[in-house]
Amino acid sequence: MKRAFEKPGRALLSRGVAYALNRHRSKLLVFSLLLAGSYAHAQETFPVNGIADPKDRCFAFTHATIVKDAQTTLSNATLVIRDGKIIDAGPGAAIPKDAVVVDCKGKYIYPSFVDIFSSYGQADVKRTGGSWNAPPQFLSNTKGAYGWNQAIKSEVNAVDLFSTDEPKAATLREAGFGTVATQQMDGVARGTAALVTLAGDKENKVIVREKVAAGYSFDKGSSTQNYPNSQMGYIALLRQTYLDAQWYRSQPAKEGVNLSLQAWNANQQLPQIFEVKDKWDALRADKVGDEFGVQYIIKAGGNEYQRMPEIAATKATFILPLNFPGAIDVEDPNDARFVSLAEMKHWEMAPSQPAAFEKANIPFCLTAADLKDVKSFLGSVRKAIEYGLSEQKALEALTKTPASTLKVYDKVGSLEAGKLANFLITSGPVFKDNTIILQNWVQGNRYLVKQDGWNDIRGIYTVSLSPGSNITVEVKGTATAPLLAVLQKDTLPGRIDINGKLVTLSLPLVKNGRSNVRLSGLISENGWSGTGVDTSGASVRWNAAFARTAPARSDSAKKKNNVDIGQLYYPFNGYGWDKMPQQQDILIKNATVWTNEKDGKLENTDVLVRGGKIAQIGKGLSAGNARVIDGTGKHLSAGIIDEHSHIAISNGVNESSQAVTAEVRIGDVLNPDDVNIYRQLSGGVTASHLLHGSANPIGGQSQLIKLRWGQDAEGLKVTNWDPFIKFALGENVKQSNWGERNTVRFPQTRMGVEQVYVDAFTRARDYEKQATGKRRDLELDALVEILNAKRFITCHSYVQSEINMLMHVADSFRFRVNTFTHILEGYKVADKMKAHGAGAGTFADWWAYKMEVQDAIPYNAAIMHKVGVVTAINSDDAEMARRLNQEAGKIVKYGGVPEEEALKMVTLNPARLLHVDNRMGSIKVGKDADLVLWSDNPLSIYAKAEKTIVDGIVEFDRDYDLQLRQRIAAERNRLVQKLLGEKKKGTPTQKAAFTPDEMYHCEDLQAGHQEGLGITTGAGF
Amino acid sequence: MKRSIYLLALAFGVSSAYAQETILPARPQDKPVYLTNAVIHVGNGQVIENGTVAFAKGKITAVGAGVTAAGDATVLDMKGQHVYPGIIAPDTKLGLVEFESVRATIDAREVGEINPSIRSIISYNTDSKVINTLRSNGILLAQVTPEGGIVSGTSSVVQLDAWNWEDAAYKTDNALHFFIPRLVNTGGRGFRGPQPRDPVKEGLEKVETVRVFFREAKAYLQENKHAATNIKFEAMRRLFNREQKLFIHCELVKEMLIAIDFAKEFNMDVVIVGGADSWQITDLLKQNNIAVVLTQPHSLPLMADDDIDQPYKTAAQLQKAGVLFCLSNEGFWQQRNLGFEAGTASAFGLSREEALSAVTLNAAKILGIDKIAGSLETGKDANIAVSTGDMLDMKSSVITRAFIQGREINLDNKQHQLYEKYQQKYGIK
Repeated sequence: MKRAFEKPGRALLSRGVAYALNRHRSKLLVFSLLLAGSYAHAQETFPVNGIADPKDRCFAFTHATIVKDAQTTLSNATLVIRDGKIIDAGPGAAIPKDAVVVDCKGKYIYPSFVDIFSSYGQADVKRTGGSWNAPPQFLSNTKGAYGWNQAIKSEVNAVDLFSTDEPKAATLREAGFGTVATQQMDGVARGTAALVTLAGDKENKVIVREKVAAGYSFDKGSSTQNYPNSQMGYIALLRQTYLDAQWYRSQPAKEGVNLSLQAWNANQQLPQIFEVKDKWDALRADKVGDEFGVQYIIKAGGNEYQRMPEIAATKATFILPLNFPGAIDVEDPNDARFVSLAEMKHWEMAPSQPAAFEKANIPFCLTAADLKDVKSFLGSVRKAIEYGLSEQKALEALTKTPASTLKVYDKVGSLEAGKLANFLITSGPVFKDNTIILQNWVQGNRYLVKQDGWNDIRGIYTVSLSPGSNITVEVKGTATAPLLAVLQKDTLPGRIDINGKLVTLSLPLVKNGRSNVRLSGLISENGWSGTGVDTSGASVRWNAAFARTAPARSDSAKKKNNVDIGQLYYPFNGYGWDKMPQQQDILIKNATVWTNEKDGKLENTDVLVRGGKIAQIGKGLSAGNARVIDGTGKHLSAGIIDEHSHIAISNGVNESSQAVTAEVRIGDVLNPDDVNIYRQLSGGVTASHLLHGSANPIGGQSQLIKLRWGQDAEGLKVTNWDPFIKFALGENVKQSNWGERNTVRFPQTRMGVEQVYVDAFTRARDYEKQATGKRRDLELDALVEILNAKRFITCHSYVQSEINMLMHVADSFRFRVNTFTHILEGYKVADKMKAHGAGAGTFADWWAYKMEVQDAIPYNAAIMHKVGVVTAINSDDAEMARRLNQEAGKIVKYGGVPEEEALKMVTLNPARLLHVDNRMGSIKVGKDADLVLWSDNPLSIYAKAEKTIVDGIVEFDRDYDLQLRQRIAAERNRLVQKLLGEKKKGTPTQKAAFTPDEMYHCEDLQAGHQEGLGITTGAGF
Repeated sequence: MKRSIYLLALAFGVSSAYAQETILPARPQDKPVYLTNAVIHVGNGQVIENGTVAFAKGKITAVGAGVTAAGDATVLDMKGQHVYPGIIAPDTKLGLVEFESVRATIDAREVGEINPSIRSIISYNTDSKVINTLRSNGILLAQVTPEGGIVSGTSSVVQLDAWNWEDAAYKTDNALHFFIPRLVNTGGRGFRGPQPRDPVKEGLEKVETVRVFFREAKAYLQENKHAATNIKFEAMRRLFNREQKLFIHCELVKEMLIAIDFAKEFNMDVVIVGGADSWQITDLLKQNNIAVVLTQPHSLPLMADDDIDQPYKTAAQLQKAGVLFCLSNEGFWQQRNLGFEAGTASAFGLSREEALSAVTLNAAKILGIDKIAGSLETGKDANIAVSTGDMLDMKSSVITRAFIQGREINLDNKQHQLYEKYQQKYGIK
């Protein structure tokens, strides 16, 4: 209200200003215009200080090319607006008598763009407290009757927090936007978004709809609460909140009033927008939505083009950002070495993302979010068009699709009667390179963007001097920055300076002449005229008349080459496939076959693989159509199964915030791009049990995968598999080595660890007995599964006392501990383990890395094996997993276990521990064809995996690997040359930076643990 | 079999309880020993089938096929077994750390950026339970190396059968250690806290402070009289006299170029420790006579696009280019696998005997002890390991005897004693 009265004088003044504005004052005037708008639209409830000036403003824009929507373009048409709304648009639109007529000859009119992923008018949310070394925070710090988790902010409504922000609105308007859906980008559940226009009016007037969407993300934002601190934790929190909200509908007395859940339920009617950071996140989000019957609109991360079939299968509408990666400065070859091929390829391919969505027929919107500078928006759209996006689709993605997605197409998104008068006037087709946005009208208010080009004065003119002769000049350059040349025998460069309607000309008449004809005057629709002086200094009068358009120049029709964007790899990694391999029938001939069955080791034997299974074992088998691999002098073993691995996991291996996190699932966060999948295939690994870390007594649910290089997350998973969960004991769970501040979270002792289990399983048992209608608790569900032998434990463990303890707890709750992992003091309680029925997955010879491994011995596996415990050797380490066969070889050395038994410790025994020995772990007819062809005895340091076969597919081949290296070198070189070309062209570049790999050990607490180059080293277990 | 009875006697006979405290350092060699009928791997590439190694008073007296025992000597028939020079572990925290996560047991890292007067030998704990687990895998000498700061102090070579650090000292203060900061732009994507804004610039600044320090030290040492004695400068004297080597820890090409530049400016005997990317500049290393203590082959490639076996084959690339190198392994307890690191280097391009040299004679040359150690050659210390099979392959490596300076050492260790103890418990012997 205050603003409306502030400067009425200027507001009135501005309304009288002609359309051609003083270049230097235009900013100021834009500002005053919006004040004018607010005055004109003053609300009924607001008192007026002065004399009322009611107006029913009507405008008619004539002779324009009107692009009503992406499908409909009308030539020589008229747009009529009144009081902020569109009245009519078309060639025959009637012009009301009271309309101010604006001649738009040569101009284009488009609906203003709509961005449905914006935080316009929302204050940044600052994280307060909770520094990285603060003591743990278990519950939300939000005051009031809200939920337990600070990252669930479903009660937040952007409309309550919204206040207009003119500088930001101006930037967005200049980029072509008229309407945005704004939300507070904070939390896993972000509350609701409001639809607002970018008019410089009072908040009351610019809000189009209070709630148009609800927002979500995998980012807790300002929440200082510890839970969740991993991506799988985010997913678990979302799942549990869906369940809690459903339960809350029954108005459970024990919960009281929970405004977060109440709002969550109310928000479900709105379109649900989920922001993700990359392609796998997009699939993860969609999967959560599917579980609860929610179809998210997904705000993409930028690399979704790498997995279009999966992205299309989500059936989601996407919101695509256009922050394409900048060129990398690879001038220094020693720096370029540390930029991965995947990163360079992403730079090259990212602008093709919108085109890829169009091609795949996936509905999508475009957003200016994520751009460092909104000014680059239109340029980015044009880049996407250069990379294959059609102009029509681009316009649709900026108008109809976003509007329809939020169900506000009745308000914005096209130029139809009844909609808001939000439109752009441009100098030409909006996505053409030289086109400029001249004006952006929002709710009937005019905002000048670039007025200088309104009148395109380019062409050939005849200037008549009086007294004097005629001079022919050409005005060229661009509409906004014209240049002048005097056309004679020699074309002479002159000067033209336009200031609003005033023009100054300086015309040379002879080459290298001392003085020019200098003219000053006015441009009007009736021609140019004014006063001046000739070369002798004598006063003249002049006028100029348009003679003709200039002949088209060849350079102005610059032809663009088709952009070459290289080839996709699966996964998107230097070693990825350019074409996914197919399963084939294979006959391996004449090898030494380590069957792991009662036949033992068979010399000179053939193994036939058909349909991904082992079909036949024997001598002299006929190949039929099968591919024949000569195994003469080589050894064939079952594929290695790593019972304890942390490869191929995204954004955190530990949900370390609570003592019990049975609800989190490694299967939710697989990372199929991890190069360690390929590296481990080269070491003969065919399956890996991916475990949650060891930060809490009851960690998360694990996932068994096969190393199917190039498959997506679902394709990696072993299906129909008994599910497992990670438990942990000892120093990690009692946080012995986490520093002095971590003495708060229960437990701090091995005594406390026992009580965590007793408490958790007691709660689970009681929970199981509860009547129907109970609150479903995903954490307790997993524990109930354990009690009912539907889920199995693999437990990180070191010292004998704690191993003993867990078996006692299990006995008292009548379940069995399936596997103890690490289990470095297993040799001390091997008899008890055998009696309990527990198996062991251990290291061959690790010790001395922490206090609780002081009694670890390399004979551990041998003793447990001899006592009768099913014993496996595992890695917990991406490096060691590449040579688990050698680690098995150490068991021959330490304790004299026979070779065939030692090999079983990395093949059949882990299969037994994982309950998949009916299909993996040995070479037996009918089992999965997971095989490794070794150059030597597989327990030898000299043995190399030459071929690794998974389900009958040769996933690793040492010969093909040599070809891949050449492909990597060639592709790197191509991209480096291309990047150097960019730098040479003057494209801004960013410093080459090391591309990290994501790698974990089981005690890594942080998401995004990166290792490499010795920036961090050392193992933690 | 015989050996295990001996061990049992030691574990249960000498003392009533099992205890590693009963594993005593051996007495000096009293009479000549002949190891006969063995496959002798000299360490310099030579293999003698069915040969004999003779040593007396701690020194090797004869090696060959035709050597026969004479006088009052112990003759040990090693038929079918392999005799090797003891493995030498360079660049290790052995004896400086007992448990990696327990601060009180860590004596490897001193405060301060430039600490040339710090000496690792002072902290070396001969009673570390880890040492014996190395000996039983044939590792008999180690270069105990401090870390921390940029110039961390001096390493010493120790022999692994000693009562105290004075006994253990094999070559004291053999090298000063200089750690070049990682010169790579991380793009702000650091782990555990924010990275320096420009780690390369900051790293180079640190390198320059070392250069300035070296120049000042050199100037200081040219004048004998000083009103104030500078211990740090004094500690540099042996380095400038080339009685001590400069071990520069670095991995990447730019870092190694700086190391080579230091060698040139200060005319020092420079060794590169790490050298993960040394395969890229083998020619420069050769031209400048720079030796490399190569980071363990059992590493992941630095970059996703690197050859998957790059760390395995770097050793062979250095060998082919004629660069003097030896192999190292991270940490301290991990050293017992050093022989297997050589095995992998052999699987990926080195010959078996070249791989052996990479953990014996080459290491001795680089550490400056090749006149007395590193190979089975007359006149050198009798540092010998005997294995039933190929010592570089875990499948066949079982060390049956070992000698340090001619003394036959006890191959038992805490871990083996626990093994014995629990075999008894379960009756599975």
